[in-house]
Amino acid sequence: MARTIVLKTKSARGTTEILTRVAHPMETGLRVDKKTKKKIPEHYIEKLTIELNGKKLAEANLGPAASKNPTVGVKVSSAKAKKGSKIKISWSDNKGEKGSKEATI
Amino acid sequence: MKRRTFLKGTMAGGVIAVAAGAGLLKPTQVMAASWPKKAFSAKAIPDAIKALYGSSNTASHKGIKINAPLQAENGGLVPIKITANIAKVESIAMLVSKNFRPLATSIDLFGAKGFYRANLKMRKSSDLVAVVKAGGKLYKKSHKIKVTVGGCGG
Repeated sequence: MARTIVLKTKSARGTTEILTRVAHPMETGLRVDKKTKKKIPEHYIEKLTIELNGKKLAEANLGPAASKNPTVGVKVSSAKAKKGSKIKISWSDNKGEKGSKEATI
Repeated sequence: MKRRTFLKGTMAGGVIAVAAGAGLLKPTQVMAASWPKKAFSAKAIPDAIKALYGSSNTASHKGIKINAPLQAENGGLVPIKITANIAKVESIAMLVSKNFRPLATSIDLFGAKGFYRANLKMRKSSDLVAVVKAGGKLYKKSHKIKVTVGGCGG
């Protein structure tokens, strides 16, 4: 299932912020379904990697305590993230689902 | 009661089996380092830090800045920004002291600036602990956040 990835960049004073959000339920495994009275199984993103021009920039470990539709933001110096630089976001979750998105600044 | 524990047990087992199955089916995943399961399932902050970074000895540092609300109206989405003005930041972690599993998220940085922004879930009012690993050392700072579940202030 494809999940939407939103990718934004913002530059100010020599720093570029790369901000990404993945549409994902991020179930903690603690919530109970009101109708069936059963626990909703855990379902959350474990790994989210940000690559800049083919090089790994950051690798985030997310857990069940990251919010629904988790947001991850990192900053790099604008010298590295120039106009035309390629960014790639890829994620995978505890059920083996994954997705990725590429964009150019 | 017995039936309930049985259900719980089978469901938890099922999730693990699914995760293991997925791992076995796709051995060549893009992600090199594995997800630190032990750190994320730890029940106390020192245990989580130790499982994640190998040591729970932390010092304080003036360079760590936590940008988070004093009062969060919605515990399901608490926006947090951590800025670390320390040389050679390798990793930043966020922990919430009163969550069942305190470790919320961590990020390994490769050439990025000492900054991490994420939205977290918080069960109730408690401390947010930021741990920064820089130059092989661990630094910690905490920030109290009040969570008003109903969203009506208080």
